[in-house]
Amino acid sequence: MTDTIDVELTVNGTRHVANVEPRKTLADFLRDDLELTGTHVGCEHGVCGACTVLIDGQAARSCLTFAVQVRGAQITTIEGLANDGQLNPLQQAMVESHGFQCGFCTPGFLMQITELLNENPSPTEAEVREALSGNVCRCTGYQSIVAGVLRAAGQPSTANSGH
Amino acid sequence: MPLLALRLASPAVLIDLSAVPGLDYIERNDGHVAIGAMTRERTVERSEVVGSLVPLLTEAMPLIGHLAIRNRGTVGGSTAHADPSAEIPAVALALDADIVVTSAPRGERTVPAAEFFQGFFTTALEPDEALVEVRFPVAQPGTGVAFEEATRRHGDFAMVGAAASVRTEDGRIADARIVTIGVSDTPVRCRDAEQELVGSAPSAEAFEQSGSLAAGACDPPSDLHGTTAYRRHLIHVLVRRALEKSTSRSGDK
Repeated sequence: MTDTIDVELTVNGTRHVANVEPRKTLADFLRDDLELTGTHVGCEHGVCGACTVLIDGQAARSCLTFAVQVRGAQITTIEGLANDGQLNPLQQAMVESHGFQCGFCTPGFLMQITELLNENPSPTEAEVREALSGNVCRCTGYQSIVAGVLRAAGQPSTANSGH
Repeated sequence: MPLLALRLASPAVLIDLSAVPGLDYIERNDGHVAIGAMTRERTVERSEVVGSLVPLLTEAMPLIGHLAIRNRGTVGGSTAHADPSAEIPAVALALDADIVVTSAPRGERTVPAAEFFQGFFTTALEPDEALVEVRFPVAQPGTGVAFEEATRRHGDFAMVGAAASVRTEDGRIADARIVTIGVSDTPVRCRDAEQELVGSAPSAEAFEQSGSLAAGACDPPSDLHGTTAYRRHLIHVLVRRALEKSTSRSGDK
């Protein structure tokens, strides 16, 4: 018998109240309890970056965070980027740059990039690569992802578009 | 959390300190910078106070995982975790930081870093104690620092690494601190390699000799990432590089 804990938090602007096991990760809580399955679970120990979400605006691994640790926090997931079905500028730039193939890593990349562009709207290519160094993609070879970020930021790119 | 995810640890009770007030601060005090246990690594990385007064700590921050890891990771957490490959324990050991711990029945006590790290993930913390603050001594004028690592991929745990802090005065080395990581069950202070330098003028030969002493003093593990001999070779090279870089940044500017 495991005790459960009441959690109140805001996800993509919507307030949620839930009763969760303390051992449940934020990733599992988002996926299983809130049915927000855009947050992907890859390695489950913080290395791959697929589960990255924003906690109070800061990128964090939702697989390394328990849901009970973010009581009162503002969480942003990949589902929170588009507005009324309209892709936001970052999502649109990633589409135009073919910045994904299978798409498994994409939510984590986009959340990490969202933090980067919030703090630094005009990053250099080196800054983009540094910021994305904790996200793993096994399809693209990264060039098209970096190109997508630079496109979103209106920056020139030496990275090719992946074609 | 990775320890839990990998089922390497299964604590009966786990307490999240995030909600405990008063543990998130960076304060300049007399001769040291006091950092609260729950201060995030990203906050330290951006701190101008740390950058100007404890530059070795600032130098170490970008080497810790990635942005999303440093947004959550804390100074107290890394120190109490005591991973022998971790950067913050190495900085604490190199600078002779004091680690403040507290317990309800006995109150506060201060443990020098040299006595705090006792083995793999093992520290001087008693079961009823919590780490509340780390006090990093302020770097003296003329100090230069460097932190060199060898990793398989950017942001990975270092196979091995070397931190150096060198103070030069009138063209001679007045103080040298060298710590290596990933070479034993704790970070290792290389006293012989330090002594080799103090009082002498910086030179390629002295750095080479110091790197050799540091390599000879450690007995790194062998695993699929690298053999003992390879890691020892890396220590030799990284200590030499860290000394070259820190010395070039030292002295009166």
